[in-house]
Amino acid sequence: MLKQVIDRAIAEETALDERDLYDLNLGPSHPAMHGIFENRVKLDGERIIKCEAHIGYCHRSFEKLSEHYSYNQVNTITDRMNYVSSMANNIGWVIAAEKLLGIEVPKMVQYVRVIMFEINRIIDHMICNGILGVDAGAYTGFLYFMEHREFAYRIFEKMVGARLTTNFCRVGGLDRPLYPDFKEDVLEWIKPIPAVLKEFNLLLTRNRIFIERCRDVSAISGERALEYGFSGPNLRAAGVNYDLRKNRPYSSYEDFDFEIPLGGNGDVYDRYMVRMEEMNQSLRIIEQAAKNMPEGPWHADVPEIFLPEKKDVYSNMEAMIYHFKIIMHGICPPEGEVYQAVEAPNGELGFFCVSDGGPNPYRLHFRSPCMYYYQGIEELLHNSLIADAVLTISSMNAIAGELER
Amino acid sequence: MDQKRKDPFKKYDLTLMERLYFPAIMKGMGVTLSHFFKKPVTIQYPEQKPEVSHRWRGRHVLKRDEFGRERCVGCQMCELACPADAITIQAGEVPKERRHLHTTERYAITYEIDMLRCIYCGLCEEACPEAAIFLTPYYEFVEDSRDKLIYTKEKLTEKTGGPIFYKD
Repeated sequence: MLKQVIDRAIAEETALDERDLYDLNLGPSHPAMHGIFENRVKLDGERIIKCEAHIGYCHRSFEKLSEHYSYNQVNTITDRMNYVSSMANNIGWVIAAEKLLGIEVPKMVQYVRVIMFEINRIIDHMICNGILGVDAGAYTGFLYFMEHREFAYRIFEKMVGARLTTNFCRVGGLDRPLYPDFKEDVLEWIKPIPAVLKEFNLLLTRNRIFIERCRDVSAISGERALEYGFSGPNLRAAGVNYDLRKNRPYSSYEDFDFEIPLGGNGDVYDRYMVRMEEMNQSLRIIEQAAKNMPEGPWHADVPEIFLPEKKDVYSNMEAMIYHFKIIMHGICPPEGEVYQAVEAPNGELGFFCVSDGGPNPYRLHFRSPCMYYYQGIEELLHNSLIADAVLTISSMNAIAGELER
Repeated sequence: MDQKRKDPFKKYDLTLMERLYFPAIMKGMGVTLSHFFKKPVTIQYPEQKPEVSHRWRGRHVLKRDEFGRERCVGCQMCELACPADAITIQAGEVPKERRHLHTTERYAITYEIDMLRCIYCGLCEEACPEAAIFLTPYYEFVEDSRDKLIYTKEKLTEKTGGPIFYKD
């Protein structure tokens, strides 16, 4: 049986070799690739006969590294995974660690996390759709989006002090109290976004050139997408109604009223439209969360897990002891394992953590959504054109940093 | 593609106006032209500096207290908390003749931060029990060699002291 399979594979390979095909390395550092992806394609003219997707050019051994890190230190490497939406990764990891420790964080912290998560979703989709436009030859819309992404980064900067590598949240709460005008800033930021989206729609959505570039390009059926393990907007574009915010709510997503946009065909245009609509829904969530944000403490009352306030550390003996204990011994969750997935901007971002009772995770696995999209690329690019290949990869929203961790 | 098309976004029925390329191009040009008259949002960086928030995590500083004594006692908590191993501390006992310059009898003989290794996560600031190390809004690191970006204690320590600084 195995011999037959191997024989058939070899026969196919030789048949391909006999045809006069052109080999092209689309990547790892190709100007059309956004990130370090390598696709070895065999071309017949401009048509891709065979595509081999390779990974391994951006591997930074995050999973192994995190076995030597304390639970709060792991936070610093999660924001280097999907660097377009780093806070989403931070929040996902912190929620996973809290599930392992069995902490319930206050409602206010959950709402702030939701707000930051959705701001990240909007700026991630802005980048993805903007880049899709750039790849299709429309540079302008991308730049108009960048302006508002910059304003979002100013909120991050006021909140945590960094723009890209945010290191938001700690296990058990936020990393520091909210700054006074947080709510006003967020509401002010979302005010111009509908107009910006409308403008982007004018530029691209009903433009015939863009539609003809995108429709029926790399279409995938819902069943096939599920077989590959697709998630997030790419799965919803194929018509499968699966969103972790609705199906398995975390961080009080059940409090908010929003809809899940669905596509039908799973082609590039559907993915684009699903993302555009998701931005509108995210705006709704942010508005609800900011307006209904309850007052309350900015961290859970867990002195053996969350660092005490600095004021107490300098003056109070008990706080000083807790401070030393948390830094020197780390946070030690009970033995066990946990899987927590969040609906990150580009799909289901999961954290599987095994604890042996020590201060470091015994094993930590990141389920990055890009990994599964990238496996499907070989099939999606089969028999397509090179120009479509570029659009396919950028519409998948695969981020090299997350693909290989 | 023999599978029946499902089309929730109505993308295949282009209207006549959309079928003609010209109106779409004019609309796009209109949007671009409207931006032409808006105030530019870019900042001419080296001349014009962006305002950063006071929580910005940039260059580190080692504080002194009201009497000008070094706050750092060389407890190595920041070294332990650092995920990037950027901080190197050698701790020792304060010699008798220099006792008035330190708060306790333990101090950091050398205190080095490799600014190229540092990831500016702010965990050292959180870990410090003595209000000694803080991250400041300074963000421009330009040197012509890697060695110069290993900041020593002399470079990091503040020249004057003050009461305990609370970064909110």
